[in-house]
Amino acid sequence: MENHFEMGLDALRQKILLMASRAETAVNQSVQALVQRDYDLAVRVREDDNIIDQFEVEIDEMAIVLLTKAPLASNLRLITVAMKVSQNLERIGDEATKIAKRARDLAQEPPVKMNFDVTRMAAMSLAMVKDALDSFVHRDSAAARAIIPRDREVDALNKEIHQQLAQHMTENPDTIGRCLHWIVAAKSLERIADHAKNIAEEVVFLCEAQDIRHTLKN
Amino acid sequence: MPKLNVPESKTNSPGGAALIHIEALSLYYGASKALKNISLTLGEKVVTAFIGPSGCGKSTLLRCLNRMNDLIDSVRIEGGVKIGGHNIYSSDVDVIELRKRVGMVFQKSNPFPKSIYENVAYGLRLHGSQSKSELDGVVEQSLRSAALWDEVKDRLHSSALGLSGGQQQRLCIARAIAIKPEIILMDEPASALDPLATARIEELILELKKDFTIVIVTHNMQQAARISDYTAFFYIGELIEFDTTAKIFTNPAKKQTEDYVTGRFG
Repeated sequence: MENHFEMGLDALRQKILLMASRAETAVNQSVQALVQRDYDLAVRVREDDNIIDQFEVEIDEMAIVLLTKAPLASNLRLITVAMKVSQNLERIGDEATKIAKRARDLAQEPPVKMNFDVTRMAAMSLAMVKDALDSFVHRDSAAARAIIPRDREVDALNKEIHQQLAQHMTENPDTIGRCLHWIVAAKSLERIADHAKNIAEEVVFLCEAQDIRHTLKN
Repeated sequence: MPKLNVPESKTNSPGGAALIHIEALSLYYGASKALKNISLTLGEKVVTAFIGPSGCGKSTLLRCLNRMNDLIDSVRIEGGVKIGGHNIYSSDVDVIELRKRVGMVFQKSNPFPKSIYENVAYGLRLHGSQSKSELDGVVEQSLRSAALWDEVKDRLHSSALGLSGGQQQRLCIARAIAIKPEIILMDEPASALDPLATARIEELILELKKDFTIVIVTHNMQQAARISDYTAFFYIGELIEFDTTAKIFTNPAKKQTEDYVTGRFG
């Protein structure tokens, strides 16, 4: 006999994965638009954001109906975690939109001639998002825990890029407007890593029933 | 918080094909009015839950749907109930045929003191079926539909009274569906069972709705939320609210419903 409640949970999981795929694509494309100065792609990423927003609404609806059925233990954690994961994915989508907006504006101006490692930062943030979602799918608490310290590396890289851009602006005041776009884009990548870390913390809660948020600060 | 995408409460009718029309139904036990002018339409092949505090009339209304209240002398009914367009309270209605069409499962499992096989075959025999091969087929099919076959196939001729409470209740469901009713009424069918047996009954109900229309009375809010498509809330003989179960349990229109489902009274 089929377990109808489990079927409902599976549908919720599937919806999260579809949303995650959309959010990852949005980040990938926004970074691509930024690095390759692709105006059209930047515009498209912004237009697609409402699809991700709609996923968040639908996931909350599914979760609330599942909660009325009085789930317990890991099922209860799965539903509440799903709502938080979807909220983080929606924020990741928002950050992708912010990057795309800066990419759109930068594509209309001459490039800034300086070397800073935004591509590496994007790769690090995206890898964190992907790994966090993999840990959710596989309910892998150890993998989720391993993601959390990587956020500091992204923070450090963001700080480094910020300093480089600040110095460049001091030396080349005509680039201030464009450098500010890059600072905002880098900050969005840093926020995406934060959201990946949040998802990883939720996966630890899902697997271990232990809330590790705000406990690892030093 | 996003607005939930469930239908707004408008009328006392379900979204699916209507099968049961309860029309301005009032019921009296002597001078006491137990049901007050209930109008409600129930859909085909969906699960409808009746909820409400004790004494609200939900079981009384359930029993109106196959005229079980006829067995109580002091009962008087006004209004009517139509099933598939026919008034079941017409003088020409054969009540035995009606109860064949509208089966019932009670709170306490009530297997006959006979074998498992004979319990399921009983209704068929009563309705004239004697062929062993036909009975064998229906007994197996009914037990399979009730998710009991695998547990009892090797002891079909043992006493039904030797089964566990949960198994006895599934046997009663098998007995009810053996005569192929259109509608199955269930009056708190899992209230005497442990959580595992309850879960099996709930899964069974969700399977059975593919073939049957189910109306269930339950005191368990979460059970109603898990298994029903529509929920009707009753209070002191009145229908307070009827809507999709999702709406009733997430955003009921009436304060009384909200107070009841959140445990503020009842």
